[in-house]
Amino acid sequence: MIEIENVRKSFGQLEVLKGIDLTVKKGEVVTIIGGSGSGKSTLLTCINGLEPIDSGRILVDGTEVHAKSTDVNKLRQKIGIVFQQWNAFPHLTVLENVTLAPRKVLGMSKEKAEEIGVKQLTHVGLGDKLTTYPSRLSGGQQQRMAIARALAMSPSYMLFDEVTSALDPQLVGEVLDTLKMLAEEGMTMICVTHEMAFARDVSNRVAFFHKGVMAEIGPPEQIFGAAQNEETRKFLSSVRQ
Amino acid sequence: MFDTALTSTDLIFLAKGAGMTLLVTAISVVIGTILGIIFGVIRYQIGPIWAAPLTFVLDICRSIPLLIQLVLLNAFFGMVVGLRWPGLTVACIVLSLYTSAYCAEIVRGGIEAVPATTRRAARSLGMTWGQDMRQIVLPLATRVALPSWIGLALGVMKDSALVYVVQVTELLKSTQILITRLQEPLFLLLICGAFYFIISYPLARFGGYLEKRWSND
Repeated sequence: MIEIENVRKSFGQLEVLKGIDLTVKKGEVVTIIGGSGSGKSTLLTCINGLEPIDSGRILVDGTEVHAKSTDVNKLRQKIGIVFQQWNAFPHLTVLENVTLAPRKVLGMSKEKAEEIGVKQLTHVGLGDKLTTYPSRLSGGQQQRMAIARALAMSPSYMLFDEVTSALDPQLVGEVLDTLKMLAEEGMTMICVTHEMAFARDVSNRVAFFHKGVMAEIGPPEQIFGAAQNEETRKFLSSVRQ
Repeated sequence: MFDTALTSTDLIFLAKGAGMTLLVTAISVVIGTILGIIFGVIRYQIGPIWAAPLTFVLDICRSIPLLIQLVLLNAFFGMVVGLRWPGLTVACIVLSLYTSAYCAEIVRGGIEAVPATTRRAARSLGMTWGQDMRQIVLPLATRVALPSWIGLALGVMKDSALVYVVQVTELLKSTQILITRLQEPLFLLLICGAFYFIISYPLARFGGYLEKRWSND
């Protein structure tokens, strides 16, 4: 379970998170929508401790992420995150990209790590690209590789930060299909996305962020069908669905 | 021109000089690179303000002509500290620091060339700072820094000609000794140049080989 309690965060003068409360239960898929600068991506990087927070707290399976006593490297092993920019390690082959962390962080043997790596890469449809270097892959393939890389650590939670925003339109589908597959397999996920149809399809709950505040949260039928909040309605009518 | 008084003993004398040039260069480049990596990482890690004293010292090493550094440091060790170190030791100390000053900049540039987002991805997989440095930053920064580093090493090899001022008989000094005796400056300098080429070329080719090998990434 991920528990976010009254989290506040500023970059200099700009307060990007103004007291966020959100609990994500095991097996749940929560998508976060909202305009740019609404704080949605910042929240994700706070959840796995890549960004410090100013106040409030975030608990992952009861462990406080930003507590001094927390081994954040250990905690990150169970929180996979995939970013808008796929960030392949360009000097490693596709398989090495995926096996690096299991070997170095989890201390797995090369054989064991490769077994898992091949399994995860096949899972996301890259089973034939094992020895290729990332620069030879398309953006969509690199993004799926990044997903496999995160999955190879067997995380309990997956965070997706606008993973299709930097992709050419014709490549968006293959990555969204991968996310849908994960959701159907019961992975606990928080997805920040601009893909409204995707949000409607896969989410248990959809959260709408506006200027650092979670303006509304509810099942997709509520958010997309009968939004309670004026700002939610304005936002949804401004984006083509 | 080819009617020369040069004997095979003289050639061996030149080859010994070339050996000394290689020795001074190898020691200085190895120590200078190790120090340069340490200084470069420190400079990158603690930021420009805290690193200011270190940067200042390295700037001194880069700004004062090598010849002056050699003479002054040799005099300092000999007269002030009272250490009668052999010229080779002094030469290696000065050249190592000189190399490290340039290498620190190359290393810092190489680290800065690794995208922050790539490093963030590594850390998000649970890698520690050290694992990120070894597995991601080191190989990527090396690719960026290699051409400059090869240039530095070749430069140090040629700059090592100056260590004759601390009584180290390297290649150029050996040549000068022969010129004084045989009075055949152009021919001897041609041979000296050939020796420099022979010891430099493998390093230059090795750099080219590595660049080519890494270009498939």
